[in-house]
Amino acid sequence: MPYAVTPVEDCSEDVDTFRERARLWLKSELPLRKAERESLDDEARWRHARALQARLFEGGFAGICYPTEYGGQGLSHDHQRAFNEEARPYELPTLLNLPSLAICLPTILELGTEEQRRRHIPAALRGDEVIVEFLSESHSGSDLAGALTRAEPHDEGWVISGAKIWTSSAFAGDYAMCLARTDWDVPKHKGLTMFLVPVAHPGVTVRPIRQVNGNSEFCEEFLDDVVVGPEAVLGEVNGGWAVANHRFYYSRTALGGGNPYVSGSHAESVAQSRGISVGGADDLRALAARSGQQPGRLPEAVVEATVMETVRECLADRITGGVAAGVLPIEAASMMRLFHAQTDWACVDAALPVAGSYLATGRSTDDADSGAFGEAYLFRQATSLGGGSTEMARNVISERVLSMPREATADLGIPFKEVRRGRS
Amino acid sequence: MIELLAAPDQHALCDATSQFLGRTASSAQVREHAERGGGIDEQWWSVGAELGWVSLLVPESLGGGAVSEAGLLDLALIAEQLGRHAAPGALAPISAAVSALADPTAVGAQRELLDAVVAGQKLLTWAVHEPDEAWDPTRPRTRIERRGSCYVMNGIKDRVEAGDQADHLLVGALLDGELVQFVVPADAPGVSVEPVWALDLTRRFATARFDGVELSEDQRVRSDRPAAQLIETQQQVLHVLQAAETAGAVGFVFEMTHTWTADRFAFGRPLGSYQAIKHRMADMVTLVHAIQAIVRDAALAVSHGDARASQLARIASLFTATRSLEIMQDCVQIHGGIGVTWEHDLHLYLRRAVTNRAHYGTPEELRSSLSVLLDQ
Repeated sequence: MPYAVTPVEDCSEDVDTFRERARLWLKSELPLRKAERESLDDEARWRHARALQARLFEGGFAGICYPTEYGGQGLSHDHQRAFNEEARPYELPTLLNLPSLAICLPTILELGTEEQRRRHIPAALRGDEVIVEFLSESHSGSDLAGALTRAEPHDEGWVISGAKIWTSSAFAGDYAMCLARTDWDVPKHKGLTMFLVPVAHPGVTVRPIRQVNGNSEFCEEFLDDVVVGPEAVLGEVNGGWAVANHRFYYSRTALGGGNPYVSGSHAESVAQSRGISVGGADDLRALAARSGQQPGRLPEAVVEATVMETVRECLADRITGGVAAGVLPIEAASMMRLFHAQTDWACVDAALPVAGSYLATGRSTDDADSGAFGEAYLFRQATSLGGGSTEMARNVISERVLSMPREATADLGIPFKEVRRGRS
Repeated sequence: MIELLAAPDQHALCDATSQFLGRTASSAQVREHAERGGGIDEQWWSVGAELGWVSLLVPESLGGGAVSEAGLLDLALIAEQLGRHAAPGALAPISAAVSALADPTAVGAQRELLDAVVAGQKLLTWAVHEPDEAWDPTRPRTRIERRGSCYVMNGIKDRVEAGDQADHLLVGALLDGELVQFVVPADAPGVSVEPVWALDLTRRFATARFDGVELSEDQRVRSDRPAAQLIETQQQVLHVLQAAETAGAVGFVFEMTHTWTADRFAFGRPLGSYQAIKHRMADMVTLVHAIQAIVRDAALAVSHGDARASQLARIASLFTATRSLEIMQDCVQIHGGIGVTWEHDLHLYLRRAVTNRAHYGTPEELRSSLSVLLDQ
């Protein structure tokens, strides 16, 4: 079960008082969101985000749903929602949400040792540390448990070797949650261990991957004899799949909405993690306003996108509430993941009729946005691929939520070393 | 269920209706009722009234009362149950009309009628559509004029649900350009009501004509709110309850299909073991939850008078109407040939969902209304 966030009735400060305090603080301490797209390079963007996070921490608004003993505010999801509403006009370090603050950190909170919690949570909430994830591998996209990266016992703890891919912002990370195989003689899910690996380790090489939209938010990494101590193990040795399952929940809710650790705009956080600068219905409304078609009336495609975003929020509340109350299985979060992708598609697709023929050129040299929607369209399927494909989500939903028969697999119940990995 | 985390009182409310419908609205009973012409059976409706169907939107001071702090959500849970049975009734337009009368300032004839309606003794419906007019209840063509101390109404309302059975019709009209509402007795001189054909087997619709109908001051709906605002709330009630009913219908059809995919075998394996079927079921269950989620949140917003209520109610109606039909047709497809037979119950639900899509604002009309609302 996910770590229980403080219920609103147990909080030391009521939501309205908190909201008022947040409103005043935001007004005096945070910069307003910029109207134009920024053209900062990666390093500057991350430095800026960390600085903003540090300001939130000093102001007492970092980690609103994290326990106070780890540097958080110990408040409820309703407090975080109020903060997100008030923070809409301001620039927030949403770059840090996925995966660091909303996926990795809650997994550490839930399954880490006391030492790991104290080491990583306050540092990340202060903006001093960013955690990324080394999960996928090139030979197996959705079949995460088929990882071939190996971790062997070593005098100092473990030595890890292998290659990872599709890591969001690995270049900006201080630590990575890395899934590696520690036992080849047992079935695939039973021989995995999750490690917390320092990204700056001399054995780790990070290489950015250029995406179709020209950005390089994703990376691949090579781990060559990376030696880590026993304290690097997150969860149990050979219990890595359980850790992965917990992070799936946070990832599905971070993508689908309803993750209490996402601070600021959900849509912006997701877009940031993909290296895209436009996407949500708000952006579409702005585009429609600039395009000047039918003043006072939104184009139908934008209405449809707004409908999807509205329903997505309601669905996220329903499912996170249902999982927390134990009336829905934790895998129900895959429904949010699926609906999120469909919502994103509706938004990306809506830009085509709204931007019209300017989609391909922009309206003028200083209009980057129409073109940004064009680039977002090229990258459309990323939303149904990243974080596990929607096809995988449909398997999970049908098998775990609807209890339909499982897909036939040829790799269950046999030692992983005997699993076929190619034609030969 | 629309409310995933229903309170014990809400469960009790639902269970009572669900048991009553289980006894009186099985598919065989619904089909028999349809054979006899459908419509609302007075005795059946009065039991429903005892179960809270008409009183949940009425304040306690006027003899009603909800079980939670959101009366419309409570009532939506009942609408959902009615949808699960494709049961007869006209809960949405009756409730919308009740919400108009249930004003704290209600006195005299309005108060008496409200009491009778809440007790299930009288049937009141909202005659809201007009022939060939797009959906906008705040711009009726029906006219009303002052004549001495009385009023005279002229106009036509069509697609009036339960119109041929209602004792009273709530009618919106323009009085010297001002929007007003009157309660018109169905037996008043000058009122003629003619039943029309209906796709839904158990719901009845009618055209109501008002030819020089004389009305008195105490038949004018009194409210401390302007008529346009009151009618906006009535619309929200309609949208939410109709969507809740469709949510019940589509939820039931989905469950029926889920069972079918386990029971039906093809090529020696259950239908549900094929990934082509599993993936569609995954899409459908996600949409069913999405429908339930938006209907529930819209019901809450309308109950609390939130600023977003008008948007959410329309979004709930539009989303539910369009997505439910996608789901239902896919369920028919998964059932195979049996799904398009009279014998199978699927069409009872499909008729209900198509009818709900058509009335009280089509998705196209609501999308057009949202394109203005969302741009503000």
